[in-house]
Amino acid sequence: MEEYFASGHTACAGCGMPITVRHALNVLGKDVIVVNATSCLEIVSSAYPRSAWGVPYIHSLFENSGAIATGAVASLRAQGNEHTKVVVFAGDGSTYDIGFGVLSGMLERNDDVLYICYDNEAYMNTGNQRSGSTPFGAATTTSPAGKVKHGKMQWKKPIAEIIAAHQIPYVATASIGYMADFESKVRKAKDMKGARFILVLAPCVTGWNYDSAKTIEIAKLAVDTGLWMLYEIEDGKFKVSYKPQQFKPVADYLKMQARFKHLSEEQIKTIQEHMNKAWAEVKQ
Amino acid sequence: MKKTVEVSIAIAEAVKNCEPDVVACYPITPSTHIAETLAKFYADGELKSFIATESEFASISAICGASAAGGRAFSATSSQGLALMHEVVYAAAGMRLPIVMVVGNRALSAPLNIWCDQQDSVAERDSGWIQLYCESAQEGVDTAIQAFKIAESTMLPVMVCVDGFYLTHTVEQVEVPTLEEVRKFLPKFQPKVKLDPENPISMGEYATPEYYQGFREDVHRDHLAAKSRIVEVDKEFEQMFGRSHGGLAQGYRIEDADYVFAGMGSVIGNAKEVVDELRAKGKKVGVLKIRSLRPFPGEEVRKLLEGKKHVAIFEKSYSLGSFAPVYAEVINSLYPLRKRPVVSSFIGGLGGKDVPTKTVHEIFKMIKKREPLEIWI
Repeated sequence: MEEYFASGHTACAGCGMPITVRHALNVLGKDVIVVNATSCLEIVSSAYPRSAWGVPYIHSLFENSGAIATGAVASLRAQGNEHTKVVVFAGDGSTYDIGFGVLSGMLERNDDVLYICYDNEAYMNTGNQRSGSTPFGAATTTSPAGKVKHGKMQWKKPIAEIIAAHQIPYVATASIGYMADFESKVRKAKDMKGARFILVLAPCVTGWNYDSAKTIEIAKLAVDTGLWMLYEIEDGKFKVSYKPQQFKPVADYLKMQARFKHLSEEQIKTIQEHMNKAWAEVKQ
Repeated sequence: MKKTVEVSIAIAEAVKNCEPDVVACYPITPSTHIAETLAKFYADGELKSFIATESEFASISAICGASAAGGRAFSATSSQGLALMHEVVYAAAGMRLPIVMVVGNRALSAPLNIWCDQQDSVAERDSGWIQLYCESAQEGVDTAIQAFKIAESTMLPVMVCVDGFYLTHTVEQVEVPTLEEVRKFLPKFQPKVKLDPENPISMGEYATPEYYQGFREDVHRDHLAAKSRIVEVDKEFEQMFGRSHGGLAQGYRIEDADYVFAGMGSVIGNAKEVVDELRAKGKKVGVLKIRSLRPFPGEEVRKLLEGKKHVAIFEKSYSLGSFAPVYAEVINSLYPLRKRPVVSSFIGGLGGKDVPTKTVHEIFKMIKKREPLEIWI
């Protein structure tokens, strides 16, 4: 099989992001244009004069990939090209926060773009600062664990739900720990028209601070503990993709990562309750 | 055929006749009528696409994406809209995307003000865009068409600057080249590189210190090379349509003038009228119209101003805490001369402050003396 994201990029060993990109592109094939927000992905894959990209690639800025994609697809269609797919790869910083307005515009217009957010839950490119995606309790350099504050004191922004509220044809969550599920979601989204959004949990070795051999294990545990729910919202219909028969304790996931090491048993309990409540509210 | 029409509508029609693949706009006074007219063309099936974005930042980003994908792309904006675009304005030039944007010139906040001056586009002068300032309604229409030809042959984006209200909202007789005429003048956009799955390239890569400066220098060198292209395109336009607009910079009754009024944009019309009046009384006065702020025609300005006694640079912008920007550029251009004219700086028309012919008369009176002046008029 031809690879469209070449080895030789400079991502850290164990990084979840290139795994996300490589597998997505394997499903999408060569007839795509990739739009990339400024992120680790851009830095590790496109240092002039080298490029890891075997498909056409454009990076512009941190917060405008939604609109770059809008223009690119409008341009292709205006030139009579009805087949080439435009796909965005963006991190959580640009998706949840700084590029959110632009993304919302793209979604409201239902532009024919597949937007894949690889979520590593902080601004990792600048060295691990909190984003709207950083989970409750996680220590980052701008939500440090201090004497009176214990990491991020707010819950993660429910971005997939906010995006689904735009009533686009397809929204899904995925984890690189469940690769077949992620790939099947990319496959489904590939041939749909209009705005499609996939949120993929992609662990960051340095920011989450764990053994680099354990990326897939952690990405799996996020799902198995119930903290990361795999679901699809297709034409407005919500469907859980996978529910573990028995949830593992959230502590199993939290204790593998140094970003949570300061958490008290009570705080871990708060996270466990939050997770239980989220699942209790799910209509299945 | 000439018709009586609001200039924004005429500009939009000219843009439509350039057959852009993508137009993306967001409403902002005083450029809104251009966006509205293009939206109507799209609704009537006369335009391939019109993207009503959620911000100017998205508009310019969208046309960057459109251009990178091989399409001809256009937007229009003003003032705060252009300021919001700032980050992308730089990126568009650095990425060598030959997009065209009409700026309906307007003051910047604060205080909030919707009226004309040129602080908005002048603030973007270092971004790598070609900037052409239009004197008249007809020049605005014609320059919008010329801009695509200049942009696509230099791979530099072009800003067509038309004074807000004075030009954007004036109803007057203009001639809009037809679709067939524009097709003869403007070749199809065929970029050498574009985002194409058959021939994958990477655009907008990041560059380490080893390479970055070289990219910036390239943009500058290509600006210098674009000077002759701007003149050439204006000449080609003249051959086809019988009108030209002064290339980079143009003198009016300047050859034997001792006193010169220099500026950019619609004020030039008033200045020419005053010069005609004063010439009728035997005064040796003239006008220098600076059409291209970027690339700046330093040599041309020097040749046109050499031997003059006193030059008044009038401008609707200022570099707060320093000097008026065009004044500083002209001073710089004249520096190599052994005998330099006296140069004065007049700042006026900010936030729509009226600049009647009376003001131009006053300026000519004030520069009779040898002392250089700086006056907010």
